[in-house]
Amino acid sequence: MIIAFIQRAIVQGIPLLFGSTGEILTEKSGNLNLGTAGVMYVGGISGVIGAFLYESSVETVNPVLAVLIPILACILGSLLMGLIYSFLTVTLRANQNVTGLALTTFGVGVGNFFGGSLIKLTDSDLPSITLTQTSNCFKTTIPFADKLGWFGDIFLTYSFLAYVAIAVALAVSFWFNRTRSGLSLRAVGENPATADAAGISVSKYKYLSTCVGSIIAGFGGLYYVMDYACGIWSNDAFGDRGWLAIALVIFAIWRPNMSIIGSIVFGGLLIVHNYIPGLSFSGQELFKMAPYVVTILVLIVISMRQKRENQPPASLGLSYFREER
Amino acid sequence: MSNNAKAVREPLFHIAKRDAMPFWKSWLVRILSVVAALVACAAVTVLLTGENPIQVYVTMIDGAIGTERRIWSLLQNTAMLLCVSLAVTPAFKMKFWNIGAEGQVLMGGLATAACMILFGDKLSPPLLMLVMIITSVLAGAIWGFIPAFFKANWNTNETLFTLMMNYIAMQIVSFFTYKWSVPKGSGQIGVINANTQAGWIPALGGKAYLLNILIVLALTIAMYVYLKYSKHGYEIAVVGESENTAKYIGINVKKVIIRTVILSGALCGIAGLLLVSGTDHTITRHTVAGRGFTAIMVSWLAKFNPVFMILTSFLIVFLQKGATEISTIFGLNDSFSEIITGIIIFFIIGSEFFVNYTIKFREKEANK
Repeated sequence: MIIAFIQRAIVQGIPLLFGSTGEILTEKSGNLNLGTAGVMYVGGISGVIGAFLYESSVETVNPVLAVLIPILACILGSLLMGLIYSFLTVTLRANQNVTGLALTTFGVGVGNFFGGSLIKLTDSDLPSITLTQTSNCFKTTIPFADKLGWFGDIFLTYSFLAYVAIAVALAVSFWFNRTRSGLSLRAVGENPATADAAGISVSKYKYLSTCVGSIIAGFGGLYYVMDYACGIWSNDAFGDRGWLAIALVIFAIWRPNMSIIGSIVFGGLLIVHNYIPGLSFSGQELFKMAPYVVTILVLIVISMRQKRENQPPASLGLSYFREER
Repeated sequence: MSNNAKAVREPLFHIAKRDAMPFWKSWLVRILSVVAALVACAAVTVLLTGENPIQVYVTMIDGAIGTERRIWSLLQNTAMLLCVSLAVTPAFKMKFWNIGAEGQVLMGGLATAACMILFGDKLSPPLLMLVMIITSVLAGAIWGFIPAFFKANWNTNETLFTLMMNYIAMQIVSFFTYKWSVPKGSGQIGVINANTQAGWIPALGGKAYLLNILIVLALTIAMYVYLKYSKHGYEIAVVGESENTAKYIGINVKKVIIRTVILSGALCGIAGLLLVSGTDHTITRHTVAGRGFTAIMVSWLAKFNPVFMILTSFLIVFLQKGATEISTIFGLNDSFSEIITGIIIFFIIGSEFFVNYTIKFREKEANK
């Protein structure tokens, strides 16, 4: 039962890991993208639209294309969202909070709208969006995993996107701490004026990190639909996971490698109420509060301890304009 | 000498801050951006439905004000959104990014619902109403006070803090909806006191929502006066513009932050009261329906001016109603209205750039 719990916690955690890695990358450039919830919806629905169009246009599904098309669609969709956000906040210096919230409204709207209207819009005769074939291609796992006992169960039974999530988180973490361009990015997030004076192009870094961050976050939506939900899109099923991903950023104190562990903890907190015997419905609801309470505690503790390396990027949430001081 | 000048490469254009634009000009820019946004929305609608653009606008207007019922619903929704927007405004003016209005309203609503359920048949109507007002204001204020306390003392990031408080509020409401559900275990409370109507905000002249709307109007005027003419309003503006200036002239910044956010939360509590006792007569975790977030955009679009907020909240609700009508008629999902809202806000946010900045192109060589 413990093994099953860990497995389910990891599966719950992977979308959050994608989301928080993307958001950390974005926030390190000083952009507080509150639109992540929307971006993840758009990433998910773009993948669904791609897969839906592909599945309904061919007789037999080619596994390679079935994976590639949704991935490309997802990248395109979330890239567009990232571009909207960076154009408004970086080029037009709009307020980041307002832009992010508008992006969430827009993104969740797009997700639910196409989720609810795709069949009508394409004049298809299918009763619902059920992409089982595509989902099966996504869920291909390592064939010998179940022969390795508990080790295989815990570490090897996931689909490839789960490993991509962990690899991306590690890569981003490495990039922040071990490369020159990563250092430049952190400089932009801490003090854009200084970075600008040092010859770093602030706009370029902000654009790039926001757009790449959005793409990574979008994958969280894709993973959720194709893997967790078995290719079935239902409106609002994705729920508050986008906001939870933002919470995870704080929990991981802006470190992608920490958010790997954090995502599993959050995933566990999300489902722990199923494993406590004799819990009433109302008690379950109280347990679902846990991830948010934990996040607030972390937020309070880091602000009280004032340790330099644990603080949010100093210019987080502020647009940079060179002539302003 | 001219060679030296050429060696310095000047970019094609650069962005400079503009002097304050004349009032009418800045509003012209904003109105133009709304018009552009409406065109973009129509384009999207036409793309998705294949209807001609004029028909799209006609359908939208019909959806918003087609019947007397729709007009009342439009006014009521505008009033509710306006009320939440008013609530978040003082905090924003102080640059305290309270995105927890959703949770604060919900807590106010929960307090109201609790009074209606627990005391509905025990207290006389005026006394019940009084208890409801006090508890809902308190609940909202407490929900605002918690993040403000940590912000004032330890500079804890309020955006993220208030955001998390929303979800805690939602789970608390879920907890109580299971606890008080009718029938037991259904997870829904249903209409509270449907027979006795105890704790309902009474209908005025047969119009169920009239009293709500009047209350919000009164609040709007009060908030306008508070922000513009009171000492508190002045202190809020100074803290918002520059905390150091505020300290220098002897404003107790900590006190102002906590006091303002408590006020903000208390007003959110009133919004919760109006929603539960004056509109839905029940509570679910989705009672606030995203108004806490939309309110932030409404308040910001109106430049924190309560009177302009009447306009901006009306615009947003009008579009939402219109877009919902379009999606009903064409059998599309009603999230269409969220897409439209998003597009409109993108345009208006973008237009602020042209109010505040100007683009200067490289001067021609010949001019030198």
